[in-house]
Amino acid sequence: MTERIIEARHVTKFLGAGAAQVAALRDVDLSLDGGELTVLLGPSGSGKTTLLSILGCMLTPNQGTVQICGTATADASAEGLAAIRRRHIGFVFQSFHLFPTLTAAENVLLALDVRGERGEQTKTKAHAVLERVGLAHKRGAFPRELSGGEQQRVAIARAIVAEPSAILADEPTAALDTGNGQAIMSILARIAHERDRAVLVVTHDARLHKFADRIIHIEDGHLTREEVGGAKRQQLRSSA
Amino acid sequence: MSLVVTLAARNLFQDRLRFSATLIGIVFSVVLVMVQLGLYFGFGRMVTTMIDHAPADLWIVSKDTKSFEDLSLLDTSLQNQVRSIDGVAEVIPVVIGFSDWRLPDGAMAPVFVVGSDIAAHGLAPWDLVQGSVQALTAPGAVAIDKSYFGRLGVTGIGSTAEIHGQKVTVAAVTQGIRSFTTTPYVFADLDHARAFIGLRPTKASHFMVRLKPGADAAKVAQTIQSRVSDVQAITPDQFRSRSRSFWLFGTGAGAALFGGALLGVIVGTVIVAQTLYSSTKDHLYEFATLRAIGCSQSYIFKVIISQALLNAVVGFTIAAVIGLLVVAFTASSALPIVITPLLGVGLFVLTAVMCVASAIVSIVRVIRTDPVMVLTR
Repeated sequence: MTERIIEARHVTKFLGAGAAQVAALRDVDLSLDGGELTVLLGPSGSGKTTLLSILGCMLTPNQGTVQICGTATADASAEGLAAIRRRHIGFVFQSFHLFPTLTAAENVLLALDVRGERGEQTKTKAHAVLERVGLAHKRGAFPRELSGGEQQRVAIARAIVAEPSAILADEPTAALDTGNGQAIMSILARIAHERDRAVLVVTHDARLHKFADRIIHIEDGHLTREEVGGAKRQQLRSSA
Repeated sequence: MSLVVTLAARNLFQDRLRFSATLIGIVFSVVLVMVQLGLYFGFGRMVTTMIDHAPADLWIVSKDTKSFEDLSLLDTSLQNQVRSIDGVAEVIPVVIGFSDWRLPDGAMAPVFVVGSDIAAHGLAPWDLVQGSVQALTAPGAVAIDKSYFGRLGVTGIGSTAEIHGQKVTVAAVTQGIRSFTTTPYVFADLDHARAFIGLRPTKASHFMVRLKPGADAAKVAQTIQSRVSDVQAITPDQFRSRSRSFWLFGTGAGAALFGGALLGVIVGTVIVAQTLYSSTKDHLYEFATLRAIGCSQSYIFKVIISQALLNAVVGFTIAAVIGLLVVAFTASSALPIVITPLLGVGLFVLTAVMCVASAIVSIVRVIRTDPVMVLTR
């Protein structure tokens, strides 16, 4: 049985103020379960990044509720939201956002350091995760010495090293060529399926559907439809 | 070890130009503060040098005397009066005053004469490099400091000149007894000194009191006060404090030195704050990323404060080396800069506080940073 990791109910979010105020999300319901890779697909300005920000506890909704691993985010302070992110969520960003002055291994270690995990065992953990994303040999390299694909793999390693329940990826392949993009999606799919994590990939690239278990379409702040992704279809075919 | 220090250090050293600018600001500031406070302590020590080297348990001074250099006069008749007080062993007059030193070529130079009863172990010159204190008992014998040879036109023991129209011979030479004014000290035996400054034999500037073993200084001082009118009996510490207070604060010199030090602190704080803020702004996406991955505010504060403290340590180290050079360079000058170990520690704490205070602006900027910004780039 899959575990419910994130649950958003009737989420509405307004951005801006006064006459410039717009409803970025309207009455959105979305659940993310462990062991699934969900692709949130939509054009620019559709509200997908806003939804990811709310599900990732970086923004709070004006209306509706969000629960992360059973914890409601509604009344949490900024520090409280940071603590929820620290405990349950790993992020992968479009621009990687690696620390240029830290090596690949140190970038990964940083995710453990901010959680108060230090010592030799954290180094072993970081090296193991880098190995899992195929970068064990580059652990001493600085981001400027890595290709875009390699940098994104370090970012994924950073996101998963503390073993969060959910991985939220914002356009993780947008800055990469097709080959690297596919490789990154494969890694994210493996994380979802092999480690029972809830993985949400926000993208406008429809070609990524084959890695998804679920594809959710968003337009003008509404979730318009949901379909079974390529990965799920293949799984269903195999089991049939 | 936490990555906080690694991250702080790498952020700091990444932009070497900015780091250099920060260090220049800190070094400038710390050296300025160091020099100002060093001058303050040096000046404070110089104005009490006579009191420090006088073998007295108590001093008797005129009622409103503000410093050792105060030219008020006391009558020697009180010497016997004080000597009769229980607990008093000796009462030794000290005379001070300005006079004119005539060089062999006829030129004149003002001098500050200090005289005391050499035979009674009064206030005698110290740190002698030539001659002896006993030699000052000879008629016309004086002691001067080596550093004033040029000014007074002498070459050493045996050199002659005139003070107040009387022939004097250099009988002892000291090293390091510099006046904080531009006027050289001239030491002489009591009667000779009186003659050099035109003082009657019944007058003295102050009296040094030596007590019998076991006598209570406070009690004796109280008795002197009650028996002798228009004088004050004070301990050497009180006399030192009074002299320091007059020269440092009564003249405004101390306030000026403190003002300079304060200026140094302000300049340093502003420079460090600016460069740290600029560095923080450049790394804003990194701080937002830290926040996005769930980092607590205190972790980010630690990074910024570590940067500030690293600035402080490196800046202070450079400033301390410069400070030591300045101390060595001014050691034999008229106003040496004195940096005590305590002042050194205090300056380091001040540097650290200044750098941490400078970090406040950066911390406020980071607090206002929304982690969502990492999703918009």
